[in-house]
Amino acid sequence: MAAAAAKGAGGGASGGVPGGAPTISGLFGRPAPLDAIIDTLPSGLIILDRDRTVLRINRRLEGMIGFSVADGNGGCLPCRHLLRGRLCVTGCPARSMNADSPPVTVESDLIDRERRRIPVRVTLAPVRAMDGGLIGFTEVIEDLRVAGAAEGRRPAGAALSGIIGNSPQMQKIFNLLPAVAQSDSSVLITGETGAGKDLIAEAIHRASERAGGPFVKVNCGALPETLLESELFGHQKGAFTGATDSKPGRFRLAHNGTLYLTEIGDLPLPLQVKLLTFLDDQVVYPLGGTRGFQTDVRVVAGTHRDLERMVREGLFRQDLLFRLNVVRLRLPALREREGDARLLLDHFLATLSQRFGKPMEGFSRAALSILLSYPYPGNVREIRNIVEYAINVSRDRRIDIADLPAYLTEPETPPAPTGEAGAGPSPAAWAGPEDTWADTERRMILDALVKAGGRRGKAADILGWGRSTLWRRMKRLGIDGG
Amino acid sequence: MKKILIPIHGAEVAPRFDLATEVAFISQDPEAGRWSERIVVVPQPSAERLCHMILSEDVKTLVCGAIEEEYYQYLVWKRVTVIDSVMGPWAAAADRLMAGDLASGAMLFCRKESANGD
Repeated sequence: MAAAAAKGAGGGASGGVPGGAPTISGLFGRPAPLDAIIDTLPSGLIILDRDRTVLRINRRLEGMIGFSVADGNGGCLPCRHLLRGRLCVTGCPARSMNADSPPVTVESDLIDRERRRIPVRVTLAPVRAMDGGLIGFTEVIEDLRVAGAAEGRRPAGAALSGIIGNSPQMQKIFNLLPAVAQSDSSVLITGETGAGKDLIAEAIHRASERAGGPFVKVNCGALPETLLESELFGHQKGAFTGATDSKPGRFRLAHNGTLYLTEIGDLPLPLQVKLLTFLDDQVVYPLGGTRGFQTDVRVVAGTHRDLERMVREGLFRQDLLFRLNVVRLRLPALREREGDARLLLDHFLATLSQRFGKPMEGFSRAALSILLSYPYPGNVREIRNIVEYAINVSRDRRIDIADLPAYLTEPETPPAPTGEAGAGPSPAAWAGPEDTWADTERRMILDALVKAGGRRGKAADILGWGRSTLWRRMKRLGIDGG
Repeated sequence: MKKILIPIHGAEVAPRFDLATEVAFISQDPEAGRWSERIVVVPQPSAERLCHMILSEDVKTLVCGAIEEEYYQYLVWKRVTVIDSVMGPWAAAADRLMAGDLASGAMLFCRKESANGD
């Protein structure tokens, strides 16, 4: 093998030792070899000159691509021949980079010396000299097979980014997510409070090509309009009283990544117009500024509100809804997710008891019966809080009825869920302090059957259940669907 | 007639077999003993199409950059000599091959002589 890059090439990143490897000086008390630092990195690293000729690669990358740097030929090998990436051939981002360009992250693949195709994530950044001129590039190369293997090691039921669920409803979401993540379209996530919208948004980002970039979250309902505008789009120094410094804004901070706008239904109308403009041309105009900044941001929005109804009431712009609604994910409420309550109870018991250093064996039969019959209007967040409370209160290794929050064991109306209209069973289905779970379930089924015109298959779809589950429960409750 | 195919990228051997959009055919006329070159632009990069082209054109030797194991083994099974991981100008690779001095992994770039910027 005669190929290779550059050990010793270009000698001395900053004052190399004669004939030796480049060193870093001015950082520690004495000059330190560059390799000692870059070889410890868990990702591949390649350092290029401004012509994209290989100057140095670290040990991790040597292992990944199968080419050694010890064979000489420093300073003459174009990066594309060493890396052999798809990106190198189809359009290297470095070609259009200058000294001020922000880093770019893209997913691609390369073929190693063993002729294997390796999926990788590449982050390319320019290197500036002290005088500000472009002198080269750095590329960080992450082996995505490692990330894939880590996914495979997750416990059963944990399908994506900490989202737990084995129900058919959640499996549908999990099956949809990879395609949604790869599409780069705007996404609107709807679902009740506590259903896991934020986790889904982050999962989309992590599974997308933007995963190496930032994931920035903004709560549109948490700030007054003027502050929110500055927060999102930034401001120039002196734009308003107290604006003593320029601020880039979340959109610019999310460059090359994903901006998650949670509670988008609470975004004031004037800002909806500004967001719409941004979605159309991807240019950010800071408050008080005349110059726009081009950014590359994927917008994911989440809300528990019924945006269609808000549009009808004139509270939300229809054109913005259309723009955000390219891909829509509706997260089912926990009560619609068959079998997931038990899974989540066990999951939170295991993780929280470990965190609190209080080993727990499980739930008593009576406690479990109450926990499984409760509708959880607060969804996953509520089930987690209940388990956390019970672990803290319990004096035993097993959680019993006495360890549960009082509102679960005392006949009391659970807090009304803030569900979106038309999404699954009506929240009104949980009313009635005297109602037992069976009564509620009966009413849900009848309601769904009425909506479905008596067709069981459609009623099962409305309820988010399988046909056989609906049939079994109808039989148990003595409902004749004929 | 002895035929060589080199997937190319400008003046260089294409870094990837599956992404090459041009190929250089080099063939030797058995009677005259002369070598001739022909550049062919392929409509779309495709490893399958290149394999088909290699077999239908009765190519005896393939000189290329990175090639996946599947295609490598297929071509070897079809009795094509594959010299892969060659880095450098394709003309230099052809010269070295004809001189009987080209092996897999050959690095033919001289200092700062990257022939084309992609």
